[in-house]
Amino acid sequence: MSALLSVTGLSVLGPRGRLVEPVDLALDPGETVAIVGESGSGKSMTAKALTGLLPSGVRAAGTMLLGGRELDLAAGETGWRGIRGGGIALLLQDPFTSLSPVHRCGDQIGWGLTGSRRTRSARVATLLAEVGLPERVAGQYPFELSGGMRQRVALAAALAADPQVLIADEPTTALDVTTQKDVLDLIAGLQRSRDMGLILITHDLGVARSRADRILVMYAGRLVEQGSAAAVLDTPGHPYSARLLGCEPPLDRQLTRLASIAGSVPQPYDVGAACAFAPRCMLAVDACVAAAPPLVAIGPGHAAACVRTGEVLDDPVGPTVDGPRPEPVESPETGEVIGATGAVPLLRVADLTRRFHGTETPALDGVSLEVAQGESVAVVGESGSGKTTLARCVVGLEHPDSGSIELAGGADGRAQRVQIVFQDPYSALNPGLTIGTTLRETLRAAGRPAELVEGLLELVGLPAAYARRRPKALSGGERQRVAIARALAVEPDLLVLDESVSALDVSVQAQVLNLLRDLQQRLDLTLLFITHDLAVARQVSQRVYVMRAGRVVEHGPTDAVLARPQQDYTQRLLASVPSAHRTED
Amino acid sequence: MSEGRARPLVAYTLRRLLGAVALLFVLSVVVFSLIYWAPGDIARNLLGNRQVTPESLAAVRRQYHLDQPFVVQYAGWLRAALHGDFGRSIRTGEPVGGLIRDRIGVTAAICGLAFVLSVVGGVAAGIACAVRRGSWLDRILVSGSVLGVSAPAFAVGLLLLYVFAVWLGWFPFYGTGDGLLDGLWHLALPALTLAIGLAAFVVKLTRAAVARELDADYVVFARSRGLGRGAVLRIVLRNAAVPIVTSLGLLLAYLFGGTVLVEVTFALPGAGALMQDAVEFKDFPVVQALTLAVGLIVTLSAVVVDVVYLLVDPRLRGRVSHR
Repeated sequence: MSALLSVTGLSVLGPRGRLVEPVDLALDPGETVAIVGESGSGKSMTAKALTGLLPSGVRAAGTMLLGGRELDLAAGETGWRGIRGGGIALLLQDPFTSLSPVHRCGDQIGWGLTGSRRTRSARVATLLAEVGLPERVAGQYPFELSGGMRQRVALAAALAADPQVLIADEPTTALDVTTQKDVLDLIAGLQRSRDMGLILITHDLGVARSRADRILVMYAGRLVEQGSAAAVLDTPGHPYSARLLGCEPPLDRQLTRLASIAGSVPQPYDVGAACAFAPRCMLAVDACVAAAPPLVAIGPGHAAACVRTGEVLDDPVGPTVDGPRPEPVESPETGEVIGATGAVPLLRVADLTRRFHGTETPALDGVSLEVAQGESVAVVGESGSGKTTLARCVVGLEHPDSGSIELAGGADGRAQRVQIVFQDPYSALNPGLTIGTTLRETLRAAGRPAELVEGLLELVGLPAAYARRRPKALSGGERQRVAIARALAVEPDLLVLDESVSALDVSVQAQVLNLLRDLQQRLDLTLLFITHDLAVARQVSQRVYVMRAGRVVEHGPTDAVLARPQQDYTQRLLASVPSAHRTED
Repeated sequence: MSEGRARPLVAYTLRRLLGAVALLFVLSVVVFSLIYWAPGDIARNLLGNRQVTPESLAAVRRQYHLDQPFVVQYAGWLRAALHGDFGRSIRTGEPVGGLIRDRIGVTAAICGLAFVLSVVGGVAAGIACAVRRGSWLDRILVSGSVLGVSAPAFAVGLLLLYVFAVWLGWFPFYGTGDGLLDGLWHLALPALTLAIGLAAFVVKLTRAAVARELDADYVVFARSRGLGRGAVLRIVLRNAAVPIVTSLGLLLAYLFGGTVLVEVTFALPGAGALMQDAVEFKDFPVVQALTLAVGLIVTLSAVVVDVVYLLVDPRLRGRVSHR
């Protein structure tokens, strides 16, 4: 059978050089191909190039054959007419920004449609039904809908012109885990019923494993490996694929140390004629930097761009920079958990309530929680569960309507004794100040000498020279390290981490999680982790609280709660997490 | 809009109107106290250039109830003001109400004309700039609007007078003209003078708003579905309308400031020129009445802007109805 879509020599050229090296791609009707990679891998650029929607200053090259029509990817607006919509449609990541906020959902779905008003609105109703939404949604505005419903509206709009190929760029990354599963199931169902090709762009190996027939792994603008989902994820042929897989924190056990990949992704145009991964690769030899390795077939339909592919295949996870293969931690007996042994609680939150103006349900509805000195406690829940409001109340950024927050040793200096690290490392630092100035400012506020800046940077694993840099010159992971250093500058007793690793790539996330665990031991820190990610909670916490709609529905030792959840809701959360690893049974 | 959605809108409008009344009340107290802030004896100030004799001073004190407590004076003044009686001009002795009524028409015509000119021209130019960001058209219009914002109105007025009235002879030097067409012909240059500064501001505002929306995700998404250039631009404009419309209301205050200079430059008998004379001659009743009138217009336009804001932005509508 001939392919529905076949792309030859797709490359993307930015103002400073090649952003994507030539890539070939083929897609059959009904097939799902996942393009997997971390930020900077060029996966989103590839998706945009396939719809002619690259930002200004960025050009594509290559040819595309879709349903018998050939198109030059460098074509202007007119060339894409007739391809976009009916040929290829693009579903974007963020349902909160991909719909116009001032137009009704029905109008937005109907924009691409032709015909009389009545036939259009009938078609909109059909499309809404197809994505599992009631007809009344047509008259509603996006702000009146939840994230999952918005993404369904966007999906209906993308399908309005009956595309042959749907490109979904991180379609569920902005959604809660249970919603994520629903939307992915929906996309899969529609793909089957419409016999549509699907290109799934994702950073999430678990999503790729559970949804894709074939996987393309990209790194620094290069295709490093491709093959069937099982082949790529079970017997990775490229060290990067293997290491990336190793970074994925497991949900079913706690590791003493998470595997991570030291360093960061280089800019595609800085690499030159070499393997882009070589500087971070444990297996690199001279041949790796002599020329860019070509894709070599290593199995049926399975190819990798690595000169040492044969050797790598022996060890699926590969050696890690941080030592031997991560070992599972012995599960502590329930009695050993610090919080339950009568140790003095550092933080005691009792019956906290908070209702926001104009909302129907309270953000916090009688939440109680205890954190012992030196303990690490996770609060997990989906958006709207109240976990962030809880964190903000503990730090003092938000005032509860009722209830109490007690800190051992009195409430004196709570502002200093409790520090917070936010989710987005890009907006958490003042872009106008150097890292050194930011840290000195905080040190001065705490009455500590400014000379400690170097020590602080060293503490979070950054070179002292970073003090002179501005946030712009730092990667996301490095910025988050600075944010942690800033929080530690005032020597807090309790560090609140509000989704502090969820904006980071998985390899960087592992680095930061390891750092936090080290810091906790070295400084006898107490951690309160706010996260939506159960696997992260598993890795960092001794005890966990599961929140839903402003209430704690379940709490206890992390091992026990995640291994034997008592509540339906916790079970549902766990069941929704797609795993990147082969399931044991 | 269904009735269920209209009700919160009406309630909101009423609430805002009540707020406007409260604001005007405060303003009226401040305006009334003006005569107390001016240096010198109040009775002498109120006499103006009339002869100062013990009898005339006593008469003025009686007329303005200056021997009564402040609250009583204010209450009397407010009662009269609400009936349109702001007393008599110190300079001419005419009733202030009539004086303003005679002059306000010219000012309203200039301001209205300038507003329409600047909005039509400014919004169109702003959209053109945003769509072709970085093109020569964009660069010319943007640098032109920097010039327009920074050029003082009297200088622009003199330049226009010289070029179009003296040199080319297309427009008259002064006067207001008779009838609609003649009136428009006479007021064209003053209105244009006022409009240039304003339009420059509108260009920058529109360009920024449209450019921001053009970069939004929903534009990429709409284009990816095969929507044409025109359809996408319509969606963008509907979104960009929110910040543009709300900022236009703020321009009204600027209009009334600018009209004073323009009316003086073109020797037009408008309310702006009257204001200038009144301030110069310490003609308190006229200054009070004009200040209140401008305050009323600015406050009301703020209410109108807020209501229009609700109409163009459904998100806000949702928030209001939740209160």
